[in-house]
Amino acid sequence: MSVADRQEWDVVVVGAGGAGLRAAVEARERGARTAVICKSLFGKAHTVMAEGGIAASMGNVNSGDNWQVHFRDTLRGGKFLNQWRMAELHAQEAPQRVWELETWGALFDRTRDGRISQRNFGGHEYPRLAHVGDRTGLELIRTLQQKIVSLQQEDFRETGDHESRLKVFQECTVTRVLKEGRKVSGVFGYERESGRFLVLRAPSVVIATGGIGKSFKVTSNSWEYTGDGHALALLAGAPLLNMEFVQFHPTGMVWPPSVKGILVTESVRGDGGVLRNSEGRRFMFDYVPDVFKEKYAESEAEADRWYDDPDHNRRPPELLPRDEVARAINAEVKEGRGSPHGGVFLDVSTRMPADVIRRRLPSMYHQFKELADVDITAEAMEVGPTCHYVMGGIAVDSDTAAARGVPGLFAAGEVAGGMHGSNRLGGNSLSDLLVFGRRAGRYAAEYAAGRTDEGTRARVDDAQVDAAAAEALRPFSAEAHEPGAGPPENPYTLHQELQQTMNDLVGIIRREAEMKQALEKLAELRVRARRAGVEGHRQFNPGWHLALDLRNMLLVSECVARAALERTESRGGHTREDHPSMDRRWRPVNLVCSLAGPADDLAAADPERGRIALERQTTEPIRPDLLALFEKEELVKYLADEELEGLSE
Amino acid sequence: MSGYEARFKVWRGDVAGGGLHDFTVEVHDGEVVLDIVHRLQATRAPDLAVRWNCKAGKCGSCSAEVNGRPRLLCMTRMSVFSREETITVTPLRAFPVIRDLVTDVGFNYTKAREVPAFVPPADLGPGEYRMMQEDVDRSQEFRKCIECFLCQDTCHVVRDHEENKPAFAGPRFLMRVAELDMHPLDAAADTGLDRSRAAQDDHGLGYCNITKCCTEVCPEGIRITDNALIPLKERAADRKYDPLVWLGSKIGRRSRDR
Amino acid sequence: MATGTEPPATDDRPPGGGVHTPTRAAIRARHLRTDRWWLAPTATAAGLLAFVVYSTWRAFAGSDYYAAPYVSPFYSPCLAESCEPMRSGPNWGLFGAWWGISPAILILVFPLGFRLTCYYYRKAYYRGFWASPPACAVAEPHKRYTGETRFPLILQNVHRYFFYAALLVAGILTYDTVLAFRDEHYAWGHMGLGTLVFLANIALIWAYTLSCHSCRHIVGGKLRHFSRHPVRYRLWQWAGRLNARHMQLAWASLVSVALADFYVYLVASGVFDDPRLF
Repeated sequence: MSVADRQEWDVVVVGAGGAGLRAAVEARERGARTAVICKSLFGKAHTVMAEGGIAASMGNVNSGDNWQVHFRDTLRGGKFLNQWRMAELHAQEAPQRVWELETWGALFDRTRDGRISQRNFGGHEYPRLAHVGDRTGLELIRTLQQKIVSLQQEDFRETGDHESRLKVFQECTVTRVLKEGRKVSGVFGYERESGRFLVLRAPSVVIATGGIGKSFKVTSNSWEYTGDGHALALLAGAPLLNMEFVQFHPTGMVWPPSVKGILVTESVRGDGGVLRNSEGRRFMFDYVPDVFKEKYAESEAEADRWYDDPDHNRRPPELLPRDEVARAINAEVKEGRGSPHGGVFLDVSTRMPADVIRRRLPSMYHQFKELADVDITAEAMEVGPTCHYVMGGIAVDSDTAAARGVPGLFAAGEVAGGMHGSNRLGGNSLSDLLVFGRRAGRYAAEYAAGRTDEGTRARVDDAQVDAAAAEALRPFSAEAHEPGAGPPENPYTLHQELQQTMNDLVGIIRREAEMKQALEKLAELRVRARRAGVEGHRQFNPGWHLALDLRNMLLVSECVARAALERTESRGGHTREDHPSMDRRWRPVNLVCSLAGPADDLAAADPERGRIALERQTTEPIRPDLLALFEKEELVKYLADEELEGLSE
Repeated sequence: MSGYEARFKVWRGDVAGGGLHDFTVEVHDGEVVLDIVHRLQATRAPDLAVRWNCKAGKCGSCSAEVNGRPRLLCMTRMSVFSREETITVTPLRAFPVIRDLVTDVGFNYTKAREVPAFVPPADLGPGEYRMMQEDVDRSQEFRKCIECFLCQDTCHVVRDHEENKPAFAGPRFLMRVAELDMHPLDAAADTGLDRSRAAQDDHGLGYCNITKCCTEVCPEGIRITDNALIPLKERAADRKYDPLVWLGSKIGRRSRDR
Repeated sequence: MATGTEPPATDDRPPGGGVHTPTRAAIRARHLRTDRWWLAPTATAAGLLAFVVYSTWRAFAGSDYYAAPYVSPFYSPCLAESCEPMRSGPNWGLFGAWWGISPAILILVFPLGFRLTCYYYRKAYYRGFWASPPACAVAEPHKRYTGETRFPLILQNVHRYFFYAALLVAGILTYDTVLAFRDEHYAWGHMGLGTLVFLANIALIWAYTLSCHSCRHIVGGKLRHFSRHPVRYRLWQWAGRLNARHMQLAWASLVSVALADFYVYLVASGVFDDPRLF
């Protein structure tokens, strides 16, 4: 077959965002020869889009902060569905991970005494987000990128080759994880530039590919977010966890249409921005749910005092967790109190002087000025919910980031599930990338270190490589495969239909009938996608790339739709109109997706069966000392009856 | 929404050759050039190669030249052109072409590797760094860089003189040197590395004739020339062309805090 | 292998370097700019040329540069014996009768050097006269380019010394402006139209001089820790604010210095009398 390049590595990291790069740095520092594969150019990963900051309880601004408080906030935000051990490790290790970035050259905004400044964010009790203006993600990715370069410079001094121990394969896409028996043996992918295939053999593969937002029409995510890692894991036999939880960020741009969905950072609200409807009312006061009643201000006056005196006032309801705010905006628009372009108003212009806005929110100022001709220092922004993040993901072991059921496979970052429960707090994703990126790199390196000689390393099966190559080339001969099945399909059209389907039928508010309809539409698209055809040749051909990504988006979309149909309650990033409240009985239940039947099963066209099998699993009970961090009155709102029985008074 | 038909010329081809292809394509209110390129892909030329990621001016992927000027396709609004105008889109012309609007920007990654990394101070552990905001402001401005490489593309030192590429790091990476030289805690000097001198000796600062095209094209509005390149030239002059400073350093008057 | 259509191989590329290097996109045009990119370099070249012509004429004229109490900024300080006597004015006969040409030449070297090595003027004449480059993304005509890496352009690095000299010159022109608060009989406490011209000129000269990039570097830019030098940090911020307008100040002061000289010329050559304000 046509495999141009076969290489041997110890650890292969798929994805070069925050989690992937942090994993690569760790693996290389622990002695593993590490390859990083990324779909885009090095340093362009979606992490650059993160604006607000990195949540870490360093206590630089309010010394009352510590990991326990952070843990508590994280669990509340995730409505107690979080994989609690992950949340614990995350809260404990985040400060170390941030400080370490400084030793690699990161320059965060400072407090007056020269420490890292921290800002307020939705759901965080104290100012906790280390930040650089509103471009924290860029700082993170650049710092990690430069750390990688510095390691390569080290290697160059020692070996004369920059890439002897750590190499970045830019603009390459992995389409299959290869296995020998149950164990990982490497990855198969193609180079975008040349269209040539490559096989990297390695005992450890870390998946760090991010999210799935490109399956939705209105999204803040970039083109890379096609659920590749989720699909790779599924196809390799690893299960996905709680895929119904998709976060719709409350504030995306709504106009002009071409930028609809682009993120408006939560810092706008953290720094004083308020939400108003077309009647000028700060409607968030009407949407504070019971579980949060004691923590949020009841009057505008109290809310406004909080910015200067957080110890004696409660926070404004604009800073509720994202799911609450997104639902509230959705409801306001639906009831006819929306802005002209179907959003609500987010206003900083009447809250802060113009120069302060320009200094604290420079890229927001720039973004609205350039893209929408709106001067945010003079007028309100129009915003509405946008698909932003998937809480669900590959089921992993909390401590080692190892994917369940596939030895040698690891996952970190957005692609891994569990950490954020049913809803992620702003700022927790960048810290998640660092904490679990490092852990994945560490345990991947350790796993590989135990398999250094030929006898212990899994071998690459040529039949798998040939099958993967055939699968990848299929779009070039779409007509030939199923004669009479119909003309080749345009992958762009299929993608648009998929996005429309997910947006309309499995979007922010879900209904049983619509989700069933979505599953039927997905089945139809699945059949048509088998005929997705492309023109031209293999060299940098976006139509071909999209045709291959469709497989992943369809698989992941089916997971989302199936899990969402199954969970008959509303919790965090999953809102059912027919089951509008949170149901404590669902608290200890995880929904686990796995691949049903062999990969090429034509019966997959059956919408009832589909390609995904869904299973309910009971979660591990939360450790008592962690539960003890909460008041009992709070726990009774969340925990199922049988979980409450064991609690001491 | 008011739509209209716009005339486009898009360069298609690869290293073997190519040319400008004519398209007439629908344009809607509020769109940017990248939207039009996407519409071409979806309807007319599915294999039209273009790089893009965030579509919000934050990642610096969709660099190309529009009517001869280096720009981000996602930040170039169609409203800046008249409806009669023919809009020409070509790949970056300072780098080797791969296909259509995609160029090989490997030059920049090579140059990035040539700049010695940040050297952490030996006596400070993680969490012990103390830096004042006014001391990090300058380097923070340079760290706004999204590495779109438009400055590298427009700089005539390499755009018009391929042979200068080995010797010249380009504005982006000279700015990186400046960023590290102004970093309040960089300890490169303790390892014997003088970054300002290296800028001149190793990274080709002398090639820059401060004609400011890098500043003109920067989509992040970084004042590359005034705040990075010229200060770096002055710092290099301190080391190499200023006998007073040299004399001062010989008789020990030079303070540790330059 | 399914590798279908190759793109049309219509090589539209003249052999050559720069944007016509064989690996780059084959585009025959040296640039594709559709705006009036040539306007700025042309205007710059025309403006600079006009000043060069005017100042050459005036500098070599050696006459009509003093009309009490005003001395032309081109001739201040006047350092030759041949200078017209100016009471308490800046003329010292350092150069004897052997100095045969205009005394302006002795002193003009310094402001000329300052402006010639100025970071803004460098940009202006590299673009305007040298076409290196004529405008952004417009190919330059030169085959080779070494920038400021070698003689003579490496000498641009002496800019800071001309800055020091420019400080002295600005000091003397300030003194001249103070002297302009006399009348033609050297009586203090008077002002004429010329005084206003001189005031405007000296304000612009100082603003231009202090907005210099070297100045910004010397007062604070060279520091690594502003927080340890609050006064110099403040100075650096001021210099920076002026520096953002360096181009405008360069042109404004160039025009004002020529105007001040021309004003003196008109009065000295008797075209009109200086209108007295009081």
